[in-house]
Amino acid sequence: MEYDYYPGCTLKNKASHLDICARKAAEKLGAAMTEIPEWQCCGGVYPMAGNETAQKLPAVRALNEAKSRGRDLLCVCSACYHVLKSVNYDMANNATVITKANTYLENDPWYKGETRVLHYLEMLRDDIGFEKVKKCVEKPLTGKKIASYYGCLLLRPSKIMKFDNPENPSVMESLIKALGGEPVIDPFRNECCGGYVSAEDTELTEKKVRDIVESVKAHGGEMIVTACPLCMYNLKKYGDLPVKYFTELICEAFGIEVLEDD
Amino acid sequence: MQRIGVFVCWCGSNIAATVDVKKVAEELKSEPGVVYSADYQYMCSENGQNLIKSAIKDYSLTGIVVCSCSPRMHEATFRKTASEAGINPYMVEIANIREQCSWIHKDMATATQKAIILGRAAVAKVNLNTPLTEGESPVVKRALVIGGGIAGIQTALDIADAGYKVDIVEKKPTIGGKMAQLDKTFPTLDCAACILTPKMVEAAQHENITLYTYSEVEEVKGYVGNFDVKIRKKARYVNENLCTGCGECTSKCPSRKGLNEFNMGLDGRGAIYIPFAQAIPNVPVIDTAQCIKFKTGKCGLCQMNCPSKAVDFSQKDEFIDEKYGAIVVATGFDIITLENYEEYGYSMYKDVVTSLEFERLMNAAGPSKGHLERPSDHKQPKTIVFVQCVGSRDTTGCGKEYCSKICCMYTAKHAMLTREKYPDTEVYVFYIDVRTPGKNFDEFYRRAVEQYGVHYIKGMVGKVYDDGQGHLMVRGSDLLANEQLTIKADMVVLAAATKADESARKLGTMLTASMDTNDFFTEAHPKLRPVESPTAGVFLSGFCQGPKDIPETVAQAGAAAAKVIGLLAKNKLKSNPCVARADSLICSGCSNCEKVCPFGAITYAETDVNDGTVREKRRVAVVNEAVCKGCGACTVACPSGAMDLKGFTNKQIFAEVDAICRQTGE
Repeated sequence: MEYDYYPGCTLKNKASHLDICARKAAEKLGAAMTEIPEWQCCGGVYPMAGNETAQKLPAVRALNEAKSRGRDLLCVCSACYHVLKSVNYDMANNATVITKANTYLENDPWYKGETRVLHYLEMLRDDIGFEKVKKCVEKPLTGKKIASYYGCLLLRPSKIMKFDNPENPSVMESLIKALGGEPVIDPFRNECCGGYVSAEDTELTEKKVRDIVESVKAHGGEMIVTACPLCMYNLKKYGDLPVKYFTELICEAFGIEVLEDD
Repeated sequence: MQRIGVFVCWCGSNIAATVDVKKVAEELKSEPGVVYSADYQYMCSENGQNLIKSAIKDYSLTGIVVCSCSPRMHEATFRKTASEAGINPYMVEIANIREQCSWIHKDMATATQKAIILGRAAVAKVNLNTPLTEGESPVVKRALVIGGGIAGIQTALDIADAGYKVDIVEKKPTIGGKMAQLDKTFPTLDCAACILTPKMVEAAQHENITLYTYSEVEEVKGYVGNFDVKIRKKARYVNENLCTGCGECTSKCPSRKGLNEFNMGLDGRGAIYIPFAQAIPNVPVIDTAQCIKFKTGKCGLCQMNCPSKAVDFSQKDEFIDEKYGAIVVATGFDIITLENYEEYGYSMYKDVVTSLEFERLMNAAGPSKGHLERPSDHKQPKTIVFVQCVGSRDTTGCGKEYCSKICCMYTAKHAMLTREKYPDTEVYVFYIDVRTPGKNFDEFYRRAVEQYGVHYIKGMVGKVYDDGQGHLMVRGSDLLANEQLTIKADMVVLAAATKADESARKLGTMLTASMDTNDFFTEAHPKLRPVESPTAGVFLSGFCQGPKDIPETVAQAGAAAAKVIGLLAKNKLKSNPCVARADSLICSGCSNCEKVCPFGAITYAETDVNDGTVREKRRVAVVNEAVCKGCGACTVACPSGAMDLKGFTNKQIFAEVDAICRQTGE
């Protein structure tokens, strides 16, 4: 299995473990991740503006790059995944965006949303399968009560993301089970963590995070896993439970050592 | 050459005020074939009709044109007049110069001109009219009712009481339908079982009614008055004639894994079971998916313990062929599944139930013997939140766009009964609108609010989650207070949207009865023919036509029965002679017409064709005149022009168009 890989900026600094662990685990699972050349920032939240095409261009470049090599485009960061998938949806369905982006980028042939964008978790679920993940486990997370936290970006809007059931997702729970842990279902796992609001309204973010963390505790969770660097930031800053990236969890169970300053 | 008379009606001032009727009569006099022309104040009156009759005799007319109101109004009247004067009724044409002319125009000159043109077109058509004769077909004096719920039972009883034979086909092992599962009924709170079970017994014992339970309609052929139906009687593995209903087998069955459908899966049942104590027939059925004998070949305890040797593992599905004059669809409804509404936590939390499940929990014959307890820990809930419109009035594509109609009332009923029986229980109802149009309905709802203190909250629920301590947290909006609120509850009841029963779509295709996008059967006219399908001989009873409560269902069931009785009372049916006809000399047997026919009236037959010097046997289209409605779809689809509609032939239509387009030289 070979994938074109789009890491994104955050994974190159703050969230480096999300990236490093993803690569190491993929190696063990027999999936090749090739970083696409000269990728640019996905644009963060800016491409979400419906009436502005320029901000979607970096994403279109990455998508077209993957198309030219005939590969699926893999993401690990929730935000990048969200941006790439939304822009890809526009490039398949929104005639104005299709025309403007292709004309500006002088694409020949035009890019029309052909690339399949998938998240690392989708790769595990749909391409590799949790049975195989199970076989790679060397140090099972036996007895560990782990709550998964999805946040918004992976799940919504569900008609575009088609990632999992937006109200009752299960992919991370299945992963935790495969790694030998005990998934704790926290009903707040699909609630917003406060996101970028933490930059200006700490009170609101604090409340959102408190609700999430308290609910995890009430359901017996000892640890939280997430796929999103921003959720990680908020949960760590305002919560008092250990938080890990799901890729770190995989490496732990696979017995892959990752140094703190890796 | 025809000898045509033209009769221009004033309709008092309805036509004459905007159309110069004298001029119309005068102008049409010079049209080809016209030998007589007159105008009169009310052509439909006795004097007017006599004017027509004497003109027919005096001028030896062969066809007439009446320039008057819409043919829907008086075409039948003038056809009768013509017939009485001795000419074929189908030699009459109406030029509609009222609805399509005088009523919609203001300028007299233009309106008069248009009336003349409409008259010309009618004259041009009559010139090509040929006498047509109505066909006749016999009526089988037996009705089929599909569905054995309250709708089907009521229709069957009414037809049977009128002296006609009726068969009820019910797919479940017992008749009774959804109503049998209900506890009390709004707005009178009378017990559903007390009013339904006697009707079930009456249906079973009625000399004119035959019940086919655990049976399905397999195939329908034929047409109004003469349907040929194949019924599949599924194997129960219990001989209905030998079984006494003692219940010995059901108590001895060691398999307990089957979910009790009657109790909405809230408890279990054996693999051999009787759906409920008052089931009719009181004969068990074996669920082969659960039965140990069927799965492993071992067991057979039920057979060994049966005192009347009724259990028969080798039973096979039986097929019954029967003829019917009329078919009534009474397939009822179901509720939607809630996979698109995970925010309410139905699949995650045992104590989130649907209203139908709640109905069973309240029912004295239910899994908890009528003591209200929540499914997770069998404790009596102290706070219950009802959520209305779960999937109803939903335009997001997740649910149904229509209002399910019954939920507001049954939720008020549930809330009221809960407060009545357990006054220390707090009851909340989230609603979008409370809809209570019905006799004594709003009074009922107000009683729930004012007398029973049910908390009604206008707003929707966004999320139901658990707090990890055994409570359900219901987060919703209170639109009147303009705030978000979270209620700590012990139980949540969802008023899931209703939907047409799953069997309806397949049946609709079989009957060529039209349906809407929601799989509800379409009525022949939304106001004036509400219990008939556009397909002749097919009638609609109850929820299968659209959401209805019990009183409405029973009323419609009775109406459907009246229509069936009216049909069965006839010995012969007259058929409309304006139907399609295939010219076997031209037909190539391509099947295009068969594909477009919405009534299934076209079949193919190997026919001897004598085409000039060539004699051959060829596959050509044949129209069943009793089924054809004369819609004309086939005449358009036919690539070779072999299909023609009697009374509306292509030649006649073109003649009309030519007459309309002809330059008058003015």
